[in-house]
Amino acid sequence: MTKELLYKYVLALGDDALIIGQRLSQWAYKGPFLEEDIALSNISLDMFGRANLFLEYAATLKGDGATADELAFKRNEREFCNHILCEQPNGNFADTMVRQFFLDAFNKLFLQKLIESKDEQLSAIAQKSIKETTYHLRHSSKWIIRLGDGTAESHAKVQSAINNLWMFTDELFESNKIDHEMVKQKIGVDCSLIKVEWDKIIDEVLSEATLSRPENSNMLSGGRAGIHTEHLGHLLSDMQYLQRAYPDAKW
Amino acid sequence: MSADNEIIFQKKIDSGLKIEPKDWMPDKYRKHLIRQISQHAHSEIIGMQPEGNWITRAPSLRAKMVLIAKVQDEAGHGLYLYSATETLGITRNELIEQLQSGKAKYSSIFNYPTLTWADIGAIGWLVDGAAIVNQQSLRGTSFGPYSRAMVRICKEESFHQRQGYEIMSKMSNGTPEQHEMAQDALNRWWWPSLMMFGPHDADSSHTSNAMKWKIKRETNDDLRQLFIDRTVKQADLIGLEIPDPDLKWNPETKHYDFGKIDWEEFWEVVNGNGFCNKERINNHISSHEEGQWVREAALAYAEKTQNGVENE
Repeated sequence: MTKELLYKYVLALGDDALIIGQRLSQWAYKGPFLEEDIALSNISLDMFGRANLFLEYAATLKGDGATADELAFKRNEREFCNHILCEQPNGNFADTMVRQFFLDAFNKLFLQKLIESKDEQLSAIAQKSIKETTYHLRHSSKWIIRLGDGTAESHAKVQSAINNLWMFTDELFESNKIDHEMVKQKIGVDCSLIKVEWDKIIDEVLSEATLSRPENSNMLSGGRAGIHTEHLGHLLSDMQYLQRAYPDAKW
Repeated sequence: MSADNEIIFQKKIDSGLKIEPKDWMPDKYRKHLIRQISQHAHSEIIGMQPEGNWITRAPSLRAKMVLIAKVQDEAGHGLYLYSATETLGITRNELIEQLQSGKAKYSSIFNYPTLTWADIGAIGWLVDGAAIVNQQSLRGTSFGPYSRAMVRICKEESFHQRQGYEIMSKMSNGTPEQHEMAQDALNRWWWPSLMMFGPHDADSSHTSNAMKWKIKRETNDDLRQLFIDRTVKQADLIGLEIPDPDLKWNPETKHYDFGKIDWEEFWEVVNGNGFCNKERINNHISSHEEGQWVREAALAYAEKTQNGVENE
């Protein structure tokens, strides 16, 4: 029973990393300047690396010869349980940076707690990931500040991105049955406990960036239960194309 | 005075010393280098596009990570090479403008489309393979910053070539469909890869000064031959056939003889009529324009904070 729950818990963490990694990789050569192309690729690579660790672990828990690639490339939309924020389209640079900032702040706090997990694998992955995420958060929060306090145009764009993406942030702190059980067993993280700190990081950065925090209204959730925005299906059909079109091939 | 300088300059080159940015150099040497190094930088940058075309569709987590890392390396190479060019007294903005206006060229090979995943293998194996041959030779080039950039770039390129060869090998030995994709990619990329070394020596307008100044260390034809000799064996090893009926080992020269290169196609593509010329430049322009407000914001913020205004 626990193994099945642990599998689902780890799988969700893998999905979060995989989907945001895939989104970031769409920037490839499209950044505002070369140094930023390199930074975005770096973050994308870190996220795929993390996805690989979580999904490999999930595959071991699943057994039956499952592999990380199978989990990434052969599941359908409803079987993906990433947070909806991760799958939101790149939009403009401000949209991408705001999405990243919200996630980085969450990931940093989440991973700090996951290090204490009773599950050695999860703790090890968290220890490796926290270093990367600390850098990611520095990168994204600096951009929020630069864009917020840059020009009138950049201020308007980043504020609009914040307003549009805000409704996906509540979901990060929700707990379902799996989370409850994992918390009870000291394997998982109680996300309700990190909300206060997340709010603090967000408020500090937004205030320095001269940006305002939206009110909570129409907050959406459902990702952990496989309910997504329509964007996810397109992301998957692109990402999974070769594995689906040539099921017998080895790459 | 200038005549003396020129003698000293040539003596330095002849004795194998490097020319550094602050050293005196003939204007034509400077111009030749700006043209060559920036063309090289632009090739790295435009080269990100055909490969970037497959990043989101890479068929495994590992393949995806390797490809992202490779495209990222190319951005890095572009950066060092732009910096090396800047030491010659031109700015990155000017260089980008030359690329976008068509005044500066980039390697024509990147005007061919990447149609299947095997093309990513073919680019790594053949295009990077050809680039390495050229770049290994350029490690000995006379201009210090260019030579040092090449030493660093060569290390990463050999990893790229292995990555490409690995994809081709897996595909050639995979399902019949995969094998077919691999052979098809080789068929399409082989001749353009040979063209990467540039026209035959007899027809190359830039070769003679470049050799005298040791900017170039070996001729186009010699480097092309080296590449062919290396690559034929690699193709055999993974069961792929080089698409050249005239290709055969010549025991006298100890090199492979090969068929005629279609220089008409080469010049067509160089002159803008390849499959993707317009698209590659338009993509570059649109990303650059789209990023304008971001660069402006970063600049505005930097100016504010440097003046200490942020604490008002």
